[in-house]
Amino acid sequence: MKILVCISNVPDTTTKVRFTNDNTQLDTNGIQWVINPWDELALTRALQLKEDKNNSVESVTVIHVGGKESEPTIRKALAIGADDAIRVNAEPTDAYFVASQLAEVIQQHDFDIIFAGIESSDYNGAAVGGMLSEMLGMPSISAVSSFELENDQVRIIREIDGGKETMTSQLPLVVVAQKGIAIEPRIANMRGIMMARKKPLNVVEPAEKDSMVDFVDFELPQAKPPCKMVDPENVQELVDLLQNEAKVI
Amino acid sequence: MAILVYTEHWDGQFKKSTFELVSYASKLAEMADAQTVALSIGQVDEDNLRQLADYGADKIITVNQANLKYLDNQAYTSVIQQVADQEGADIMVLAHNNTGKALAPRLSARMQAALGSEVNQLPAELDPFVVNKKVFSGKAFANVKLKTDKKVLTLAQNSFGIYENTQEPIIENFEPTLSDEQIKTQVTDVEKHRDKLLLTDAELVVSGGRGMKSPENWDKLNDLANELGAALACSRPVSDEGWRPHEEHTGQTGKIIAPDLYIAAGISGAIQHIAGVSAAKYIVAINNDPDAPIFEMADYGIVGDAMQVLPELTEALRKARS
Ligand SMILES: Cc1cc2nc3c(=O)[nH]c(=O)nc-3n(C[C@H](O)[C@H](O)[C@H](O)COP(=O)(O)OP(=O)(O)OC[C@H]3O[C@@H](n4cnc5c(N)ncnc54)[C@H](O)[C@@H]3O)c2cc1C
Repeated sequence: MKILVCISNVPDTTTKVRFTNDNTQLDTNGIQWVINPWDELALTRALQLKEDKNNSVESVTVIHVGGKESEPTIRKALAIGADDAIRVNAEPTDAYFVASQLAEVIQQHDFDIIFAGIESSDYNGAAVGGMLSEMLGMPSISAVSSFELENDQVRIIREIDGGKETMTSQLPLVVVAQKGIAIEPRIANMRGIMMARKKPLNVVEPAEKDSMVDFVDFELPQAKPPCKMVDPENVQELVDLLQNEAKVI
Repeated sequence: MAILVYTEHWDGQFKKSTFELVSYASKLAEMADAQTVALSIGQVDEDNLRQLADYGADKIITVNQANLKYLDNQAYTSVIQQVADQEGADIMVLAHNNTGKALAPRLSARMQAALGSEVNQLPAELDPFVVNKKVFSGKAFANVKLKTDKKVLTLAQNSFGIYENTQEPIIENFEPTLSDEQIKTQVTDVEKHRDKLLLTDAELVVSGGRGMKSPENWDKLNDLANELGAALACSRPVSDEGWRPHEEHTGQTGKIIAPDLYIAAGISGAIQHIAGVSAAKYIVAINNDPDAPIFEMADYGIVGDAMQVLPELTEALRKARS
């Protein structure tokens, strides 16, 4: 069984975002780039499955659509334990473009399980995994919070609004992962970092594909007015404010 | 031309979020001089279906087929596409919830329709079609242009509002072409959180962080939530520690919510936590550290010990209401 994990390269979650060029571009100055948090959890789970000898997971590959500058993030995925990596050498312009590039490469391989994160913490599209599965004509299960393999059969829990469903599926399958699939992301150790340097990182050139969405411009949220402080000895005042000023209760 | 809105139901019942979605679709239809067509899959009785017309649905299409009992992303996408084709729909609208997130991208790829995901308002005009959405987990907003003729939108919950606009609806049944072999995923077990106010639906939310010290102290939050009729939430470490179930975790990696009121007790206000709650209309912070970052995001704040403040607040509310 072969597992593929789709990886997005995103600003560290503590980044203060700023824009340049008339607010049309992210200012990348000083940004630390990391593996998208959900992708990192999916990768962690894939590696756990590979290590569990009751399964027959042969390999865990990661794939990313992005320029050369994203290679440190890909190397990080290799350092955490992925066996090999593929980088599609193109600027990721929108979710549709990214999914098209991924589909193009995946069609030339035979992965049984393809993980994608439920969203990318930069443009919050919640789109690539679903689009990819449609392009590949594969089933998909979304909002997956638990993933088990038993005799190469999948047992999945997905979150629905107001509950959970336990599921099985035919393979190959696209699994769109959310929190819960793993709790703590795995961190690379020194040995992993050394080994990652020698692992294959294959660069493929992009196919001719269009995007469907343009990012026109960005804006920052309006500054909040300062917080009104209420004396802890007088919580009645807070009730008044909520009733008469905010009018939310 | 038509705007197609996929209306999810829960055991035959719609929710306020469904009505918000129909309201949005019908305002869009007004702009486009189009019909609002609502699609409902599964068993819903006629009285409930008619509710969709109270918010602007001109036509309601129902699909009832045994093999559609559970959400199979491929099958549902196919059904929505078949209905969209029959109705000549150019814009498909879904909720930005777990179901919408599962279906909208598939539909987008299938119909070559640009996806505007988690949009929070109407476009200013239809051509060019530019919509606003949150990016960087709420740290910014983007205007995105959807470049294709057909479009798929998912609407951020609690971002638009509910508008009555009563129509006399046509109700029709639709028989999709869908064989059992096309369904490749199976649901073997369902666990529902019954009688529990769903966090993403709640208008009022009471939330606790690591500053609550231990799970035993949650009865103080629970009492306040009960008094308010609020749902409970928590920060990530609280659910990671197992003090509270995962479905209560809000933030970047948890639930993204937009209630009218969010009360945060013993939560420092880390940027990843705020990512999940920044769309709340009002935030109240209770924290014993006056420098906690949560106060930068809050509308009202109390510097104090949550163990003391919470019961007093519950009591003050009870008095104010009696
Ligand atoms: C990739 C990534 C994703 C993340 N995603 C999320 C997420 O989705 N959601 C999330 O919540 N976090 C997330 N985090 C974690 C986040 O960075 C913070 O660590 C977390 O939010 C802190 O939780 P907390 O506020 O409960 O705890 P703390 O930061 O420990 O804060 C506890 C607060 O309680 C106060 N306090 C202590 N005692 C009392 C008392 N008696 N009365 C009143 N106040 C008291 C303290 O002053 C402090 O401000 C993420 C982190 C990373 C790296």
